[in-house]
Amino acid sequence: MKPIRSLVLVSSDPESIGRGAQEVHRRLQRAIEAADLENEVVVSMVGDVGRHDALPMVIIYPEATIYGPVTPENVPFLVEEHLVERRIAAGLEASTRELSGRIAWLSARRGTLPAEQRIVLARAGLIDPENVEDYIVHDGYEALAKALTEMTPAEVINEIGKSGLKGRGGAGFPTGMKWRFVSQTDDYPKYIICNADESEPGTFKDRLILEGDPHSVIEAMAIAGYAVGANEGYIYIRGEYVLAQERLATAISQARQMGFLGETIFGSDFSFDIHIHAGAGAYICGEETALIESIEGKRGEPRSRPPYPTTHGLWGKPSVVNNVETIVNVPPIIQHGAAWYRRFGTSNSPGTKVYTILGNVNVTGLIEVPMGITLREVIAIYGKGMQDGASLKLAQTGGSSGSIVPASLQDTPLDFDSYARAGVSLGSGALLICNEDTCVVDLAKVSLNFFKRESCGKCTPCRVGTQRAYQILTAISEGVGTQQDLDDLQMLSENLTEFSHCGLGQTASVPIRDVFRHFRAEVDAHVQLKVCPAGACPMSGQLAKAA
Amino acid sequence: MTVGTKSAQDVNSLVQEVVGRHGATAEALVPILSDINQEFGYLPSETMAALSQTLRVPKSQLFSVASFYEMLSTKPRGRHVIQFCESAPCHVVGGRQVWQTLQDELGLETGETSEDGKWTLLTSSCLGICGVGPVIIVDDDIYGNVAPDGVPEILARYA
Repeated sequence: MKPIRSLVLVSSDPESIGRGAQEVHRRLQRAIEAADLENEVVVSMVGDVGRHDALPMVIIYPEATIYGPVTPENVPFLVEEHLVERRIAAGLEASTRELSGRIAWLSARRGTLPAEQRIVLARAGLIDPENVEDYIVHDGYEALAKALTEMTPAEVINEIGKSGLKGRGGAGFPTGMKWRFVSQTDDYPKYIICNADESEPGTFKDRLILEGDPHSVIEAMAIAGYAVGANEGYIYIRGEYVLAQERLATAISQARQMGFLGETIFGSDFSFDIHIHAGAGAYICGEETALIESIEGKRGEPRSRPPYPTTHGLWGKPSVVNNVETIVNVPPIIQHGAAWYRRFGTSNSPGTKVYTILGNVNVTGLIEVPMGITLREVIAIYGKGMQDGASLKLAQTGGSSGSIVPASLQDTPLDFDSYARAGVSLGSGALLICNEDTCVVDLAKVSLNFFKRESCGKCTPCRVGTQRAYQILTAISEGVGTQQDLDDLQMLSENLTEFSHCGLGQTASVPIRDVFRHFRAEVDAHVQLKVCPAGACPMSGQLAKAA
Repeated sequence: MTVGTKSAQDVNSLVQEVVGRHGATAEALVPILSDINQEFGYLPSETMAALSQTLRVPKSQLFSVASFYEMLSTKPRGRHVIQFCESAPCHVVGGRQVWQTLQDELGLETGETSEDGKWTLLTSSCLGICGVGPVIIVDDDIYGNVAPDGVPEILARYA
């Protein structure tokens, strides 16, 4: 490789691209050539850098200077000042006050700030996602080589089992166990399915992995295929994630060319290939059996379980279904060993977790930290405190199907077990931070609106229950709710949990349950006093037109 | 493009081309429907009939699948499709006011298409760009951190 003086990274998430990141990239290349610096300076598009306040962002190494928002017109000045004159381009720097997430981690390499721990996002935002060589230089495909040349399939599964890796999609099922179930069946062919149908409101961690480090998903799936005896993989990706689909397609064709996919990988007798299957907009397709139905060209309605996909999955054959964040933990575990992995996180929830921080905080974005950090720490350190100095009222963890966590639980460690003991769930890792202006009835109503529109309609408790619960919450928010409504809501919530066919209906009751449990007085105020204490509900005394 | 400007033969050859691209297998059905939807902005009944013959799948089954997915439409849509995220992350940072402004500016409610065929207004469960809420997407253009008074300026960009 040629020695380079500077590395220039341009953020290329959809928001940045919408704001002209590609033009910035093009002009940077032109300006650098014009300045005769193309042999010393490398310009690269990277994925989402995890910070969203000043896009598109340009980061220049080794100084780790962050510029943003950068317009195409700024480029000549930026190149002239930073790369030719070697001084900070005045006025273009992104404010350091809001240093967070990815950037904090990048800066930590200069020894200035406490670091996040990045395992699954180690490369995202640092390498060029459309350049396989960049991935290889950063240890890419080493784990696959190690698995294929030094380990038996059983050893791979053992290592994953010992690492204690659990599914990051929300349910927290041990990954090693899932793989073992599939490896133990003698039914062929078997399939590896990567669930990239990330549709939980507030969750976009998988998109960042797919856009920023697509090869890591491919490598992980190939390792999984070797471990369980599958030669074919599917990535079921959200239809809306167009950029991620393009990056994946590029990565797959590169991997085929380089021999990381295809026949006799690394000279072994193992073959593996991957198809991309784009969804067409349905939240329920994140449920593994609905996802499988959708690949098979049907309506995405969940199947009855058992039998589970581990024995009867795609086309009735044994299938591993792993979430993106889960599966990209695999290559680092294989490469560094289970003992290394268990150094991070807690003993029952090893590793890291990617969280998206949203809502009424000063800095929104995405972080990857060891399991077990608390909400208070997340808000203070990475969210840079509440907006306008407001106080925390509640956090909705894990999107619509997560829990509504009151401020009193903000010191509970964010890991699967601690949260389960506190009676709340961690979900997919979206942390929606809400201040005192948030009304719990309004929040529950918005959540139920989500479930009512995303219910697939297959089973009655969910199809009718979510609709009816939404109507009642709407009545309460209009100031026309009655005591009977509250009793009905309680009953509906229990019925949803008890009788719904799949996780969608079962978790649709969570916002109601949590609001009753932690904020009953506020709900009662709406019904008995006809007052919305947070001032968010219309309380107009009449029902809005039925949706 | 509307189906009205195409002859039956053109519709048929377009369907053949899309099927050829993905293969006439069960797992190709949703991608095939997505491509046809992309071409016309919706799934005209003529294309469904042609597809039914090509794949030897009953129209009822095609319609059953097509009507399930949010991104597929069995009804014509406007020249520009606006998607507004109505979920909690966008809602708590001011989404409600943005939604009100959108409705007022366009005179449309969710799912409606304007009479001149210019706009279709849709709500979405989540657009996956939650770090910069409230979010709206017009056609393929993403707008983040939208404030109510920024809505008219965004709409004015579309002819």
